[in-house]
Amino acid sequence: MTSNLPLYVLAAPLLTAFVVNLAGRFWRGSVAILSLGALLFSTISAVLVLQQVLTHGTIHYTVGGWQAPWGIELVIDPLAALMLALISVVALLATFSALASARQELPGREHLFFTLYLILISGLLGLAVTGDAFNLYVLLEITSITTYCLIAMGKGRAPLASFNYIIMGTIGACFYLLGVGYLYMLTGSLNMADIQSILPGMYGSISVATAFAFLLVGVWIKMAFLPLHGWLPNAYTLAPSSTSVLIAPLMTKVAVFLMIRIIFSIFSPDYAFFQHVGVQHLIVWAAALAILIASGLALAQTDLKRMLSYIIVAEVGYMVGGVWLANTAAMTGAILHIVNDALMTLCLFLAASAIVYRLGDSKLASMKGLYRRMPLTMAAFTIGAFSMIGVPPTAGFFSKWYLILGGIEAGSWAWVYVAALLISSLVNAVLFFRIIEIAYFQGGGEHGHSAEMPRQEACAWQLSPLLLSAVALLAIGLAAGPLVEHLIIPALPAGF
Amino acid sequence: MESMLGVVVAKYNYWLYVVLMMIGFYAMIGKRNLVKKLLGMNIFQTAIILFFVSMGAKRGGGIPILDKEAALAGAVKVAEVVNPLPHVLMLTAIVVSVSVTGVALAVMQRIYKEYGTLEEDEILDKIGRS
Repeated sequence: MTSNLPLYVLAAPLLTAFVVNLAGRFWRGSVAILSLGALLFSTISAVLVLQQVLTHGTIHYTVGGWQAPWGIELVIDPLAALMLALISVVALLATFSALASARQELPGREHLFFTLYLILISGLLGLAVTGDAFNLYVLLEITSITTYCLIAMGKGRAPLASFNYIIMGTIGACFYLLGVGYLYMLTGSLNMADIQSILPGMYGSISVATAFAFLLVGVWIKMAFLPLHGWLPNAYTLAPSSTSVLIAPLMTKVAVFLMIRIIFSIFSPDYAFFQHVGVQHLIVWAAALAILIASGLALAQTDLKRMLSYIIVAEVGYMVGGVWLANTAAMTGAILHIVNDALMTLCLFLAASAIVYRLGDSKLASMKGLYRRMPLTMAAFTIGAFSMIGVPPTAGFFSKWYLILGGIEAGSWAWVYVAALLISSLVNAVLFFRIIEIAYFQGGGEHGHSAEMPRQEACAWQLSPLLLSAVALLAIGLAAGPLVEHLIIPALPAGF
Repeated sequence: MESMLGVVVAKYNYWLYVVLMMIGFYAMIGKRNLVKKLLGMNIFQTAIILFFVSMGAKRGGGIPILDKEAALAGAVKVAEVVNPLPHVLMLTAIVVSVSVTGVALAVMQRIYKEYGTLEEDEILDKIGRS
């Protein structure tokens, strides 16, 4: 039982996806029970795996009895186990809200929606643990294809946004595949650990550099690193709320994790960061620019979901920059920020989903007087917003703190990154206080608003995960010290 | 100049894939018709599939279906059989490419129902007017 545990984490949502498709046709209620059951099982297993990895060290799981480097291997190191737990917890929370929104947005098609939804989750979980470079490509495409479909289920312009994402996403995946091809030609292996042990003799070769560049650009497209972010805002804004609560917190964060995997498990930090210092500096500067431009674009938006999408693009800049600063503090910050950002984005998108559920759209202008109408939703939203800004007791403050420490430690060349982080925090403050201003102070000032603004919270399915995620943000913030010590520091890749 | 030509001729297959890939890339980025974009995507993917397939090829290499006894006795010379692994990988990649194409076609149908056209300019026009 315990030895197969890592595989159960992935298998539960995958197999349930097909059962949901069949059973959902006969009895609608089974969709909720089956999806939640499978994800609860995954979550519990993932937490057990995390505990096991933290006490006994990295687990190598051989799939189907074919030994690595020929067979596919799952490598669950502390970072992968952390991602496994993060993905399953976020997915479980998002599912409560998605069940309610899907009933409203896609009546009669919930079983189809949740089939794709569960396959997407098992793809994401697979990405976290796979130790095989080609297997990673396949899982990347599984997550992408299901995401294309889920986005296209939206109304109006959503299919067009989905089509643009298909084109961009395919370019990204093909670049990744091309990089894997180069590596296979050079080493004759697809197993990450095997490639890593063969490559060092060839580090001078320009083919290795080409492979590295293709792999990086591939995942950068998937994570919407700024010059390659064009597909994201439309896709995440126009997707049904039930989709965006899942993909917004997870897709980009998992892609950042893949970048860490590529740098540390296929190549080595020495090769990536220190052999070509110019490249390292260039990428950190690009990340700083990404943060600034995306924050600026977020300021210009008049729609809540679109604004949040641009904030996601800015956050990707934080994490890419943090990883490429290449010191312990920044890496701690980047990994902590993957966790925090997944939860902050989850909290904000759950709130947005609850708002869309009641108001019908997510325009900032229609949010007037929302604090009186949905006080609990907006309270949770405010905590998420404070975390995004980086107000001290919330989780967001601590990862930003580590990122800034890392930026200062890296030396004088990284000042742009530190400045970008600070400016972006200010911009976030402006953004969210504008919303708070609209929702708290505006609306029905002159005439009796209590009559025309009845208190009307989102339904319990949406409210409970939202409140939980807000509490989690506070809890992570308050427990940041021990959390970093026991969870993030062990998860740092070797060499840091 | 002569050596440059030598490089091109010696590795002509790779040059071909580069050209194919750039054609596909251009169509994906530059064309305004969604069907042409999709065709470009297919050309792009095919170029990569060909790249992988030719990676495993060997001059005079045979089919990699081996006699078990001979293989165990070490009588099979690796140079005489084609490396099957890249081909197997590409079976998976073809499946991926077919599924992406299928999804893209389905999405395109929904776009056509919504806007009555697959020209990006006309669609953006209609969005702008509404």
